[in-house]
Amino acid sequence: MNRVLVAEDLYLLRDGLVHLLQAHGFEVVAAVESGPELLKGLLELRPDVSIVDVRLPPTLTDEGLQASLEARKKVPGLPILVLSQHVEQLYARELLADGSGGIGYLLKDRVFNAEQFIDAVRRVAAGGTAMDPEVISKLLASNAKNEPLAALTPREREVLEQMAEGRSNAAISQRLYLSESAVAKHTASIFGKLGLAPSDDDNRRVLAVLAYLNSR
Amino acid sequence: MRQIGYILALLGLVIVELLTIVSSFVSLVLAFGLGMVFLFPPQVRMIRRVTGLTRRLVNASAGVSIEPPYLPEPPPPQPQADGLYRSHRTLYKTPRVPAWNDRWRWMMTDPATWRDALWLALDPFVKVLLLPLFVLLPGRGLRVYGLWCATLLGATASSRMAGQISSLNRARNLAVDTQAAEMRRIERDLHDGTQARLVALGMTIGAAEQIVESDPRAAKALMAKAREASAETLTELRRVIRGIHPPVLAERGLGDAVRALAMDSALRVSVQVDLPHRPEAPVEAAAYFAVSELLANAARHGGAESVEIDISSSRANLLITVTDDGWGGADPAKGSGLAGIERRLAAFDGVMAISSPPGGPTTVTMELPRVLPAHWAGDLPKLPRWKMITVVTLWATAWCPLFPQGIVAGVFKTIDFDEKAWFLALHLPEPWQWPCIVFMILLGTAMYLAAVVIPAQDRDNPSIVRPTVRTGIRCT
Repeated sequence: MNRVLVAEDLYLLRDGLVHLLQAHGFEVVAAVESGPELLKGLLELRPDVSIVDVRLPPTLTDEGLQASLEARKKVPGLPILVLSQHVEQLYARELLADGSGGIGYLLKDRVFNAEQFIDAVRRVAAGGTAMDPEVISKLLASNAKNEPLAALTPREREVLEQMAEGRSNAAISQRLYLSESAVAKHTASIFGKLGLAPSDDDNRRVLAVLAYLNSR
Repeated sequence: MRQIGYILALLGLVIVELLTIVSSFVSLVLAFGLGMVFLFPPQVRMIRRVTGLTRRLVNASAGVSIEPPYLPEPPPPQPQADGLYRSHRTLYKTPRVPAWNDRWRWMMTDPATWRDALWLALDPFVKVLLLPLFVLLPGRGLRVYGLWCATLLGATASSRMAGQISSLNRARNLAVDTQAAEMRRIERDLHDGTQARLVALGMTIGAAEQIVESDPRAAKALMAKAREASAETLTELRRVIRGIHPPVLAERGLGDAVRALAMDSALRVSVQVDLPHRPEAPVEAAAYFAVSELLANAARHGGAESVEIDISSSRANLLITVTDDGWGGADPAKGSGLAGIERRLAAFDGVMAISSPPGGPTTVTMELPRVLPAHWAGDLPKLPRWKMITVVTLWATAWCPLFPQGIVAGVFKTIDFDEKAWFLALHLPEPWQWPCIVFMILLGTAMYLAAVVIPAQDRDNPSIVRPTVRTGIRCT
């Protein structure tokens, strides 16, 4: 469960990522620096998780994103964590569109906090999601006039944000200093207010919330 | 009666013209002979009054509209950075002298000034010559007089060109100014924001370095602070970059960048994009920022709930329509946002039309002419299918009636060559042979003409829209 591929064109950042991952017990099977190499690596090596920069040579546009989408079309659910200097709802939607999980989309800044970053990598490798807080806040902001969302209490909103970023109940309880049962109560209430079917599976629950936010 | 009135007015004008001729002669002699150059501009203005009046009279009486040929007046002089005004190599404290110099040069170098003078000198004679015609056939006389005036008082190709060049110059200066202002804004953002933060970051790291051995705990706290500061710097930098050229625009082009904009908006925005290729980056940026500004306006001032954005192309022109359901009343004179969009578009000769009746809806239409790659437009494959097939068939078959059945048969017939071969005409009875040959030649020529004219007409017809698939998404 720990073979990793890294795709990043800046040498310093690629090297830093490789060291960081190795220090946390991952085996880096490939470190590539261009779109075509990435696609080949994804399809041939089938890494347990891949860390991919959106902007890669040769076009320096969204090569990394396109290669990831392409690979996930051929291998549904192939876990990929996409890193970028900027986050766009547009890209988040494209990554989440197949609804199969095992996907992450984070700002590059999140690498600064090694612990949280590694946590996100593990989550994606396990088939979960890791969405950047900025994506989630943009999603919520553009849903501002959405009635059911407006009906959430501030606490429920906080829980919803954490959940949408991809965290389990246990992780949310740690971050918000709540008991796990309190978090469970809040999530049940959120699902009730949004009219979503409750689910015990953390990953499926997160995908349902993201699909809900994206559908508006 | 009206015509007679006009003729009398024109004849009465002769007196004014004679006075003007005398005064022009005197002032030209004084201006160029005795150096009293200050007499020249008022004299030119006086002549232009007379010619202007004549243009109006001719237009009203004979319906000959004469476009004034003068170059645009020079703009008022702009002070330099040190507050002085420059005219050639001399600096002035007030704008009066440079303005006068500019005006003088403008009048002296404009060929229209001298054509006016020539007209003035000849016009009384022309009127006298036309007098019999004025009396006998007033309508015809006015018309002939109008044509005479049009030859000397009308715009020439070069004066029109000069006008165009000066309007292009204005657009270029505006574009350069706008760009310079943008650069200053970016410089300020980087200087006050990013740079200052990086300095603070360096100082924090330096402080941590100094105490790392004596007080490792405090050093660790400082490093954590430095990490936070670097994240803040990145956020700040991201904001600046977005203002220069949004990354999604560079990565995906106009269509997706506008979709991303639509998703981030709190309004209900629907986006229709119909562009088969990406325009050039500066055009994309201008269009993107225009749409972005309009979207922000709709949310901020227009009280809109939903917005429709349509981006399409008509031949090489880029068309953008933004419609919102707000309360209307948008006025480019009031909001600086709309004026800013106009400035941005002006760099590409673009125009903006606003329809915003009180109570809404507001529709802003923008057109950027000839900004899309030329090979999109006028390509033969862009013709409707049936026209395409017709044109190809015409090209493929027109040789047959024209050459073998027409011209060659005609030659054979002329030299009485005893060979009928497959020449249709030569198999017909004698009286029908020539008509048949002529018909074949005409038919062949007509087919070639049609093959040329059909695609050309299609190119000239702006209502033709290339048949492409429209993609659209709805999002909040």
